[in-house]
Amino acid sequence: MSEQSALRSQHKTALAVNGVTRNFGGLVAVDAMTFDLAENEVLGLIGPNGSGKTTMMNLISGALKPNGGSIRLYNEDITQAKPNAIARAGIARTFQIVRILPTLSVLENVAAGGVFGHDRRWGAPLDDHARQMLHLVGLIDSEHSPVEALTYIDQKRVELARALVSDPRVLLLDEWLAGLNPTELLTGIALIEALREEGRTIIIVEHVMDAIRSLCDRCVVMNSGAKIAEGTPAEVLADTDVIAAYLGDEDA
Amino acid sequence: MIDAEKYKFAAVVVAFIVAALLPMADTGYWLSIGVSLAMYTVLATSWALFSGPTNYISLAPAAFFGIGMYVVAGGIDVLPYPVLVLLAALVGAIIAAFVGLATLRISGVYFVIFTLGLSELIRQIVTWGQATMGTQSGLYVLTDFTEQQIYWRLLGVAAIIYLIGWQVGRSRLGFALRIIGNDEVVAVHSGINTARAKVYLFVISSTFAAITGALVAPRWSYVEPTIAFSPFISFQVVIMALLGGVHRLWGPLLGVIPFTLIWELVNSHFPTQTTLLLGVAFLAIVYFIPHGVAGVIEDFNRRRKQRHV
Repeated sequence: MSEQSALRSQHKTALAVNGVTRNFGGLVAVDAMTFDLAENEVLGLIGPNGSGKTTMMNLISGALKPNGGSIRLYNEDITQAKPNAIARAGIARTFQIVRILPTLSVLENVAAGGVFGHDRRWGAPLDDHARQMLHLVGLIDSEHSPVEALTYIDQKRVELARALVSDPRVLLLDEWLAGLNPTELLTGIALIEALREEGRTIIIVEHVMDAIRSLCDRCVVMNSGAKIAEGTPAEVLADTDVIAAYLGDEDA
Repeated sequence: MIDAEKYKFAAVVVAFIVAALLPMADTGYWLSIGVSLAMYTVLATSWALFSGPTNYISLAPAAFFGIGMYVVAGGIDVLPYPVLVLLAALVGAIIAAFVGLATLRISGVYFVIFTLGLSELIRQIVTWGQATMGTQSGLYVLTDFTEQQIYWRLLGVAAIIYLIGWQVGRSRLGFALRIIGNDEVVAVHSGINTARAKVYLFVISSTFAAITGALVAPRWSYVEPTIAFSPFISFQVVIMALLGGVHRLWGPLLGVIPFTLIWELVNSHFPTQTTLLLGVAFLAIVYFIPHGVAGVIEDFNRRRKQRHV
């Protein structure tokens, strides 16, 4: 652990979330959240249902705008930026419920992420790179299939490849492992592990505790919109507040 | 792949040359059908350029068609005709940009209703303007252009819209539009400025509707708000494009040709039932061939290929 934190301290801060708040009417969905994400780090954002994790992801990716606080990507202020500008700045994401582009081929689905985002390509270099990403996520020989004919996990792979194709500086995975069966889950975890090995900077929102333990360098735990704990997976999962949040007052 | 494209390009050029020779064969009935075909080809193809990939059903063609007509009708005694056509394009483009910026954030049925309302709004403004300026309800567009000149101009514009459509289809903008049509949320998170992409295409599409109105005005010789901004123009454009298929550049043409020919017959045999038949045609197309004639052809080709494999 000390070795890891020493490693982290050498790294730059990729993403700095500072006092970010978001209200929906009277409801405070995200309440003064503050945390940093170091370069090459895999950060788990966990918490019970309704604790504001997905809202936090939406605030980082620009789908929602914060009512207060600031979000900085490599020291560039992206707090009020539009989602397309944030994608260009280098934040790519997947969605809680998989979003594929049904009328496009598998290859085009992946290429869609690599034309207007962080790293931009076009023509043959784009296709080559998209193909590489398909290989990376374990989808080979299906680039011309209709995307709707793919299995659920393969659609998730396509979505992941689409997020990776722009070579994002920060990757947001919103419950990417949800809905997978036990075998697929192992494949999925291995896949994210491989991304980690490549040194990618990732935030994962996840309910699968095995995945959190094996993948995350660090976790931030949310409850009722606020941060209640932060530390290594082992630390936070032993934290009494965290246990109370999960097992105690379930605010769905 | 490259060879296939050259072959296709050559076929299109030949088709245009053959079409351009129509006035040599007949300058009466068939040429007038030819003018209608060329006019609706431009309108339906330019409409599909925007509405095909985005799935935004615009009922604005009549608005821009009418604007084009009125620019010509209003200025025919003052300015030379080519200037008026350019002016019509410019006015159409500017209004389309404003309308696009204001409305392309709304989607689905709200956008449809807005564009329908837009045509009505402009029609009312023109009617009101004419009434307050004390002129008659209509304007005369008297020129010595022949039918074949008008036909060739429309055909030329059709060629331009095909070139533009072909270029857009190969471009990043075209790809962006297809992504937007599939899922706008994915589009923005992939870095696409969706509002800008939609406005660009809406402006291109509307400008060509305005140009068409400007080119057709001399043929109608008398322009009145109720005919220039008639919602039926929009309905027919949409139906023709859907019949042909909006996912291919050549799709709308496959709807324009049969529809125009059949509509000629309907108009002469059942002049009082046209509205009813238009509605029935619309339902039948959406229900039976949602991807249009182009979709049917492509399905057929795909099946044939699979059988060969």
